[in-house]
Amino acid sequence: MMETILIYAVIPFIKIAVVVLVVLLAVAYLSWLERKLIGRIQVRLGPMRVGWHGLLQPIADGLKFVIKEDIIPAGADRLVFALAPIVSLIPALVVFSVIPFGPPNMLEGGLRWLLLFFLEPPSVNRVVESALVSGGFVTNVNIAVLFVMAVSSVGILGIILGGWASNSKYPLLGALRSTAQMISYEVALGFTILSVILVAQTMSLVDIVVKQQETGVWYVFLQPVAFVLFFVCGMAETNRLPFDLPEAESELVGGYHTEYSGFRFAIYFLAEYAAMITISSIAVTLFWGGWLRPFPNVQWLGVLDLVPPVIWFMAKVFVFLYIFIWVRGTLPRFRFDQLMRYGWKVFLPLAIANLIVTAGVMLKFS
Amino acid sequence: MDEPTILDAQELEINMGPQHPATHGVLRVKLKLDGERVLDADCVIGYLHRGVEKISENRTYTKCLPYYDRTDYLAAVSNALGYVLGVEKLMEIEVPERAVAIRIMMTEFNRIASHLVWLGTHAMDLGALTVFLYCFREREEILKLFEALFGARLTTHAFRIGGLWMDLPPGFEEAARKFIDDFPAKVDEYEQLLTNNRIWIDRTKGIGIISAEEAIEFGLTGPPLRGSGIPYDLRRARPYGGYEQYEFDIPVGENGDTYDRYLIRMEEMRQSCRIIRQVLDRLPGGPIRGKVPRVIKPPVGEYYSAIEGPRGELGYYIVSEGSAIPFRVRIRPPTFINLQALKRLVKGHLVADVIAIIGTLDVVLGEIDR
Repeated sequence: MMETILIYAVIPFIKIAVVVLVVLLAVAYLSWLERKLIGRIQVRLGPMRVGWHGLLQPIADGLKFVIKEDIIPAGADRLVFALAPIVSLIPALVVFSVIPFGPPNMLEGGLRWLLLFFLEPPSVNRVVESALVSGGFVTNVNIAVLFVMAVSSVGILGIILGGWASNSKYPLLGALRSTAQMISYEVALGFTILSVILVAQTMSLVDIVVKQQETGVWYVFLQPVAFVLFFVCGMAETNRLPFDLPEAESELVGGYHTEYSGFRFAIYFLAEYAAMITISSIAVTLFWGGWLRPFPNVQWLGVLDLVPPVIWFMAKVFVFLYIFIWVRGTLPRFRFDQLMRYGWKVFLPLAIANLIVTAGVMLKFS
Repeated sequence: MDEPTILDAQELEINMGPQHPATHGVLRVKLKLDGERVLDADCVIGYLHRGVEKISENRTYTKCLPYYDRTDYLAAVSNALGYVLGVEKLMEIEVPERAVAIRIMMTEFNRIASHLVWLGTHAMDLGALTVFLYCFREREEILKLFEALFGARLTTHAFRIGGLWMDLPPGFEEAARKFIDDFPAKVDEYEQLLTNNRIWIDRTKGIGIISAEEAIEFGLTGPPLRGSGIPYDLRRARPYGGYEQYEFDIPVGENGDTYDRYLIRMEEMRQSCRIIRQVLDRLPGGPIRGKVPRVIKPPVGEYYSAIEGPRGELGYYIVSEGSAIPFRVRIRPPTFINLQALKRLVKGHLVADVIAIIGTLDVVLGEIDR
């Protein structure tokens, strides 16, 4: 009984709590990192006042958001207005439930040592043998890829609802833009992921990484086109510049979140940055070998194993986040119709072509 | 509803401004939209009206000058030049050569500073934040030069009737030379970020096209006119204040679109550098102030003094009744006239293009509303 509770309730709950906390903290510091990096790119310093080099800035910002007045515009749909930011944030966090941060036996050693203080050795064995307990992930689902696709598209609903519920014109335009953008880019995104699934022959994110270890090659080298398309479409999914049309500060003032203030705005803000981390994590998992070190099967590079898998994973995610920020510091913004044109006329045909070629090659050599 | 919309949906009328991040001050544009397509646009101006022209009728000729700094606040030096040239013409005052040369140099510096603000805000409106900060970095250097010579950065009160307030401070020439030595490379840097950038070209090419005939009919001047291929620049067409002594090119565009106007302004910054270099190379010595009577009382008469400001033809129509106070000073602000074309330019484009077009017209509301 005790073991069952441990396996199915206590340990997963602790894991979820840790993941959510780490992600939220990462989101807060991602905003700091962005301001610092953009500052460097734009020959200024970025936050410097709150804490050493502005390290406490995210906390100060969060505090400020909380104590700001919460304004709901007259004529707004109050329920939807309140719900929308949450609808936008939750999916970005839920996706982390299936993302593997480490190998399936990552926590085995540590947990065995810890649990021996409380339980008899045989039941400890039974507990740590469960992947749910010792895996470097919250859960391993055999349709994780579908789950990710489904959940992450719910996130954009939050933007649409927010724009609609504000009962204001600029947010409405922003919401319309995000709808169109979501449709255009989700399709191409799906096709790029399909070609990875074809190569890996599995839909579980954990197994996709394990497969990359078995073949000894990260899928980015097998599917470079798919990766580039995935990354660009991912950028569009997260509404980052050059695809930040739903916000487009200089055109639509603030787009969907024009009418939001205080903590509700903060939630939208968190959602956007959480989505960045989500997309980066998925990209790392699908294409860059997840928690694997470079050249995972080359023995004489074994010294790299001294770095824990989680650190490899985080380092890779960091590189992608850096690119996200770098792009923002460099490029102007697309126009709505151009964005649609690229989505349907460039990315989608390329993704389909890539899928067909992949399928053909697989058929030939299998 | 005069034009049918796709799907027969309702027209959406939105107010862009006067509180809007991309209308450069307090311009208000009433947009009629079909989805994102602009069916019609109306400008509402006057939020910044201070009655500068009326105030001028109650001030002496000298005291008028600081008010003109505050019309086009990004081109305060140009504004001063236009006015003092007009009064000097009415009074028939000889301005010493050194003052003439320094005036040209400072006006060209002002042109660069003004174009830098234009480029920065235009790029920022289209989403390229970094260019904005790069531009303001260089503008800062120019403002430092202004501060050294005029004592102020923005509202400079640059020139005096008959010459200058004071001579160049020590170290000014070296600082100016250093700036123009470095600056062309900086322009290349901006161009590297934008000129061949696929997104930038997509956003500006073919946007807000105006033909040469139409541009003339609208009375456009400055880069919007030259963008349509007409090499009309008052510095060349009707030389004033000593510009005939210097060599420079007048860049013109071909298509009359936003991209061409962008290229023209970039090239104008380089040409301004060229003029400043020539001024510095042969800066004459001597006094900086001509013989000016204690009380400025132009004889009865009128004069229209026009210069090529950064945004186009800036004119002062000065009517004197022989007293120490002008009877009337009518300012012809370039962007007030250029803004007329907005309605024509945005029709049929998307909301995002409205921003690009307001940016390319380079409007300054202080000047439009006066």
